[in-house]
Amino acid sequence: MTTATVTPPMAAVATSTARFRDLLAAEWLKTWSLRSTPWAYLLTALAAIGFSAGQAYDVIHYWDQRPPSPPAQYIGDGIPVQMIFHTNAATVLAIALTAIGVVSVVGEYGSGQIRTTFAAVPARRSVMAAKAAVLAAITTVFGFVVSFVSFFATQALLDRRDVGVPLDHPGALQAVIGSALLAPVCALIGFAFGAVLRHTGTGMFAGIVLVLLFPFFFSEDHHWSAILNHALPMPAWERLTEAGFNRMSPYPWTPEGAFTVYAAWAVLATAVGVMSVHRRDQ
Amino acid sequence: MIEANELTKRYGKTLAVDRLSFTVRPGRVTGFLGPNGSGKSTTLRLILGLHTPTAGAVTVDGIRFRDRPRGLRHVGALLDAGDVHGGRTAGAHLTALARGNRIPKSRVDEVLAEVGLTDAARRRIGGYSLGMKQRLGIATALLGDPPVLLFDEPLNGLDPEGVKWVRGLFRRLAREGRTVFVSSHLMSEMEHTADELVVIGRGELIAAESLKDFAGRATTRLSVAVRTPDPAALTTLLTAAGAAVRDEDGLLTVTGLAAERISELAMGRQLPIHELTTRTGSLEEAFMELTAGSVEYATEETR
Repeated sequence: MTTATVTPPMAAVATSTARFRDLLAAEWLKTWSLRSTPWAYLLTALAAIGFSAGQAYDVIHYWDQRPPSPPAQYIGDGIPVQMIFHTNAATVLAIALTAIGVVSVVGEYGSGQIRTTFAAVPARRSVMAAKAAVLAAITTVFGFVVSFVSFFATQALLDRRDVGVPLDHPGALQAVIGSALLAPVCALIGFAFGAVLRHTGTGMFAGIVLVLLFPFFFSEDHHWSAILNHALPMPAWERLTEAGFNRMSPYPWTPEGAFTVYAAWAVLATAVGVMSVHRRDQ
Repeated sequence: MIEANELTKRYGKTLAVDRLSFTVRPGRVTGFLGPNGSGKSTTLRLILGLHTPTAGAVTVDGIRFRDRPRGLRHVGALLDAGDVHGGRTAGAHLTALARGNRIPKSRVDEVLAEVGLTDAARRRIGGYSLGMKQRLGIATALLGDPPVLLFDEPLNGLDPEGVKWVRGLFRRLAREGRTVFVSSHLMSEMEHTADELVVIGRGELIAAESLKDFAGRATTRLSVAVRTPDPAALTTLLTAAGAAVRDEDGLLTVTGLAAERISELAMGRQLPIHELTTRTGSLEEAFMELTAGSVEYATEETR
């Protein structure tokens, strides 16, 4: 090697514009280059769809053993809409997506990869924002796939007794969207806990306490606790999927309010996750 | 060029780095030496902005590294070969890093070939040996073709052929005009690699000078190794002549007398001599002596 070849390394410095799109692409590559990613989503989807379709199948299978009710009344009571997404399906989805969110961050901390990542991209908040954006995008698409498959599967089964409803039935689309968006909301909550706690076990525990247990702490009996209850993601999902009939809260709230709760959690969780890396030593 | 100015880092009550000032210049390999726990890794993390200094500052080419949006084209670093997600392949790992820094994909294949991992590129990193992970870490550092390179204990886990290759690589990078900063706790690793040395102990700067100057300190101390069938008699004789003698299993280490004089004295008493070697103090000894007061985890023997 002669000294004539000295120039290239220094020349490279001049032209490198930092673009957020590059970080998005990098996080996308990182997500799908892990073998566990497609499996995690596939198994979660099968479980969630299985719970909902299973319930619809049960209803059809034992239809003749129930007190007879005309299809119009059955539909009028909002039961087919509630069957689009079973509560167990939502619980499984919430747990799995919180875990996926936690692991999306802690996977890097646990291995020390985070130092390599931040040494390559010193703009840490941009890295975390890209991570959150990719996570939100993938889980939103995932949520809609699971939700729509659940809708078509359950209503196709219910149609055998002429009690299936179309997508434009009152409350149906809202239930589909509300169930779909539960996925990114839980994933981002997991992302935030992962970034703050930097430990898989504690991150998942904290996320699941917030998503699944907190609603039990705040009943809807008093105005103040109803407000706190309604500010949580799982009650928001219940509000969006109840089709407005069976769960009459003493303090009623609108679906728009429930969607706002989703949005607020998504924004808050993203902000916490992104900001948490700025000052801390890595 | 790396410039540290009164760099200080405190973790709770522990002072990891204490008012460290030094300059690492381009065009040469600078060894960063210190015993275990002396603050080398902390200093490297401070340079990379992974940790924030408690006081003082360190810049790379005049800018705090944290202020750069993207890093790989400015500084390439191998901190710990284990700082990778074991679930990815080497190819995927490097491709994602390159993508985030707008480095063309072709560069990934280049650095993989450079470090000899082309055939292993599609295997998951979790199954790599330490030596292979070191090579991957070096590939990561080279990815952005950066003017400044940092390596923390890069020779760990490498076979002799790998060590030779890494030394050649460091010299070539320096010859290309880059700043090469390599940490180690073993002087012997730096002896044939570094042009300059920065030596620290307990977080404080002990020496920052060229290897030549550092060696100058070492060679002032001469000793003579003598082997004889009757070490006791020779010890008495040489001690009487004013030398200091240390007996290590029959091999005497004599200071204070030249080899010629020892030979003459022994001949006068008809004592046979089987071996007589003049030794200059090694760099390792000079390093040990220099850092003796600042060893963090000293064993009983060296204390």
